Amino acid sequence: MFLQTAVSAAAVAHPLSGTIAEWVWLLPVLPLAGFVINGLLSLNSAHFGAADPNISDHHPPEGGAEALASSHAEEAEEAGDDHHAVRRHRWAGVVSVVGPGVLILSFLLALGIWQAMATTHPEAPFIQRYFSWMPVGDLQIDAALQLDQLSMVMILVVTGVGALIHVFSVGYMRDDPGYPRYFSYLNLFVFFMLMLVLGANYPVLFVGWEGVGLCSYLLIGFWFNDKVNADAGKKAFILNRIGDFGFLVAMFMLFANIGVLDFIGVSAKAGDLVAGSPLITAICLFMFLGCTGKSAQIPLYVWLPDAMAGPTPVSALIHAATMVTAGVYLIARSSFLFSLSPVASLTVAVVGAVTAIFAATIGLKQWDIKKVLAYSTISQLGYMFVGVGVGAYVSGMFHLVTHSFFKALLFLGSGSVIHAMHAAYHQTHSAEDAQDMRNMGGLKQYLPITFVLMWIATLAISGIPLLSGFFSKDEILASVFARAHGSTLASANWLGIPGGTLLYVIYGTGLAAAFVTAIYMTRLMLYTFHGPVRTGTQEEQYLHEPPWIMTSTLVILGILTVFGGWLNLPEVITDVVPLGPRDLLTHWLDPVVGPATARITAGAAQVPAATEQALIGVAVVIAVAGIVFAIGRLKPDRVPRKADAIPEEGFERVVANKYYVDEALDRTIVIPTYAVSRNFLWRIVDNGLIDGLFVNGSAALARSLGWVGSRLQTGNVGIYAWVLVVGVLAMLGAFTLR
Amino acid sequence: MLAESLALTAALFIIGVVGVLIHRNAIIIFMCVELMLTAVNLTFVAFSRFYGTAGQVFVVFVMTVSAAEAAVGLAIIIAIFRHRQTVDLRNINLLKG
Amino acid sequence: MEPHYPLFYVFHFYLFGVIALASAIAFVTRKNPVTAALWLVNTMFSLAALYVMLDAQFIGVIQVLLYAGAIMVVFLFVVMLLNLGHPSELADLRGTGWRLAAGLLGLGLLSEIMVIIRAKLPQQLIVPRDFNEQQLQKLNAVGTIAAPLFKDYLLAFELTSVLLLVAIAGAVVLARGRTVSAR
Repeated sequence: MFLQTAVSAAAVAHPLSGTIAEWVWLLPVLPLAGFVINGLLSLNSAHFGAADPNISDHHPPEGGAEALASSHAEEAEEAGDDHHAVRRHRWAGVVSVVGPGVLILSFLLALGIWQAMATTHPEAPFIQRYFSWMPVGDLQIDAALQLDQLSMVMILVVTGVGALIHVFSVGYMRDDPGYPRYFSYLNLFVFFMLMLVLGANYPVLFVGWEGVGLCSYLLIGFWFNDKVNADAGKKAFILNRIGDFGFLVAMFMLFANIGVLDFIGVSAKAGDLVAGSPLITAICLFMFLGCTGKSAQIPLYVWLPDAMAGPTPVSALIHAATMVTAGVYLIARSSFLFSLSPVASLTVAVVGAVTAIFAATIGLKQWDIKKVLAYSTISQLGYMFVGVGVGAYVSGMFHLVTHSFFKALLFLGSGSVIHAMHAAYHQTHSAEDAQDMRNMGGLKQYLPITFVLMWIATLAISGIPLLSGFFSKDEILASVFARAHGSTLASANWLGIPGGTLLYVIYGTGLAAAFVTAIYMTRLMLYTFHGPVRTGTQEEQYLHEPPWIMTSTLVILGILTVFGGWLNLPEVITDVVPLGPRDLLTHWLDPVVGPATARITAGAAQVPAATEQALIGVAVVIAVAGIVFAIGRLKPDRVPRKADAIPEEGFERVVANKYYVDEALDRTIVIPTYAVSRNFLWRIVDNGLIDGLFVNGSAALARSLGWVGSRLQTGNVGIYAWVLVVGVLAMLGAFTLR
Repeated sequence: MLAESLALTAALFIIGVVGVLIHRNAIIIFMCVELMLTAVNLTFVAFSRFYGTAGQVFVVFVMTVSAAEAAVGLAIIIAIFRHRQTVDLRNINLLKG
Repeated sequence: MEPHYPLFYVFHFYLFGVIALASAIAFVTRKNPVTAALWLVNTMFSLAALYVMLDAQFIGVIQVLLYAGAIMVVFLFVVMLLNLGHPSELADLRGTGWRLAAGLLGLGLLSEIMVIIRAKLPQQLIVPRDFNEQQLQKLNAVGTIAAPLFKDYLLAFELTSVLLLVAIAGAVVLARGRTVSAR
């Protein structure tokens, strides 16, 4: 093996060396093996009679009902009774074991490593350097993995929630002909995500960053036969790429000014850079551009709602729990940089806050259940960025963890609902949209377990006390409030606005967004589970709770949602109500982000406990008010079915159409790009210049030179003699004229 | 006598070159080439007087080659004449590209 | 380096040189191929005389035998065969412009050759002063050529004989003509 353990401090070996932590390389390798195995199995055509077993023309594209109608009609004529037979992939059994199995193994290994970390309490990161990847002059980049408290948190989230979602997918994607391909992509995604969080330097992180973008594209466009899905995949990838450009520029600037790209090196040398200088700010802002792409913040968020075209477990894993949180992780990882630039940190917080409220308002008027959750994700990511933006890296990570719990629960729950709806419509050969809330209603009698668990998640995301979301959201808001006076951020100047004022505004925006969050989530629950059943009398009989393999994962996530808050109980509450150990996550992450946090809060006065408790009270009141408001104002029994829906008017229509952001981007960027590409780059540069001038031109040049040469072939021997003699003259001239 | 011989050689050679350039009759051009070869023979002989007999040996070779070349070249001219009924160079341009 | 030549020698050297030069110029300026050939023969003769004066007696004789007696005869045969002697068919020289240009080229080449002639010979080629006399003494006129020819330059000799064979065959084939070729 080519394992070399890097000695991180003088001659003292790392406390983790020699423990199970040395097997950290196995964490990403297991899902990679799963990818290979499942991928090979997916290449094996398993279905006689199907044109391509990997393409599911049987499964309707999520969100597009018209195509379903036509394909169903044709199939009903052709296949007759065979229509309802289950067409499972031949290797489905093996894949069902391998796919989730590698994730569960990874998770168990992660638990083991976490145990080792918890007992040894290492202060410094544990680096495993495998080989020298890019040794080019001054640039020395190793393929190395870094194991520290921050990456441990992410590993547990990724493998844990990932394992649950894999198990859920076994039930959800059971009848899909592309079953092995799905699991191979999902495993590949986990591999790349683990590379991202385990990378010891920015380039390895970037490999994972790009890889998860790729897998996101593959999985969003999983049912690529429908153009809508393929376009959604492309949109996600392209917008990610724009962000990646920012990330790359940040890396280049880092290398140009510091010369190293590994985290330990950069954090050591970051102190050399002038705090608050334009250079640091520029590096951080470019890095943040990458985060806006990956984590769907303004301006690059527009891909996330479209990404709901992929299978629901994919939305749960990638677009709720893990990939979109990569941006938050990156900023937490680069805390040593962001804490040096108050302007950049404030920018992150501002963008996060604006995105939070903006996306929340859009979620108010969405009818597709997954779109509501998508905008909810964008909004909650905004919260996380507010957290890491104000230098409360622990709070941001805390919210990341709790959000992965309840958002995955929400998505998987909606997956159960969609599963039931789709099965019902399938049985009655209806062409209705299985995801539109206007076609749902009153489902609590048919999906009781899902109903209860989703309400738990809704309360959590709204911030009802003692659920996980309450603790994490409040901690973020409290951090914002605390830093509004005396911290380096408060004394900074953001585009002319004093930092302190800005932070108070951000706090207010956070509260407003919490209010709206409560409203739209309650709306979702009301329209889906309460009120009259709009699904149709024929379909009702087919609505049922999903199989136990799916609901069990929901239950586990529900438990995590309820008790997740215990990860970081704040002092303010445990002093009053002794619930449990205090600030677990803060202490855990302190070796990694502690110095950066301290740098920002230096000088900030401690907020008195009474004020904090008042703030918590305000937040709770707002959450409850939101729920009550929604229950009061929204009448589920007055909602028409989708088929009878009345188009919205005025401002409601603007919100329902997502403030026409997509259309605006189309007008300002996409269409001009097409125009420039077609008229200038294609016609003039490609056809005219490259084809015409270079290719045809060089051919014409060769031909004309040849024609000139052919003029020499007169066939006239006398002329040949002349040329010969002139040549001799010239040659002798070379000798004589020296 | 070396310098004078070489001067004569040069003059004869140049006369041959000029003859090749200004004539259009293929046979006369051929004869001018023979003149050039003869001039070269003179060069060799002139040098061999002072620098060993190798020059004269080479003259033998030059003469041999010149004879062979004359035979073949004239055969070609005869063949061309049969086709074109002319030995004027202006009309012998089948190699025209 | 050169010995003093008696006047008799020098006079005849220059005489034959002038005759050769004049014959060559006459040869080049004739339009009639037969006339030109005969002038060339005259040039050959005078050059043969020069060869003898330069202690290359064998070469001189060969010159007469071979060049004047064989090659020029072949030329004349071909001229007669092709019946080119009629003045009416002769518009043989190029125009005035061409001739001027040719003259200029010739002058240019001449000047270059004269420059080159003045160059210094490499040291290895220099042999003792009376080398030729010694050879002549030892091996008489034919022997001085035959000895190197069949000893040092034997390979070239063999190759040249092959060349002659090829030339004979080629000339026969080329000149055979349609009437004799196989159908």
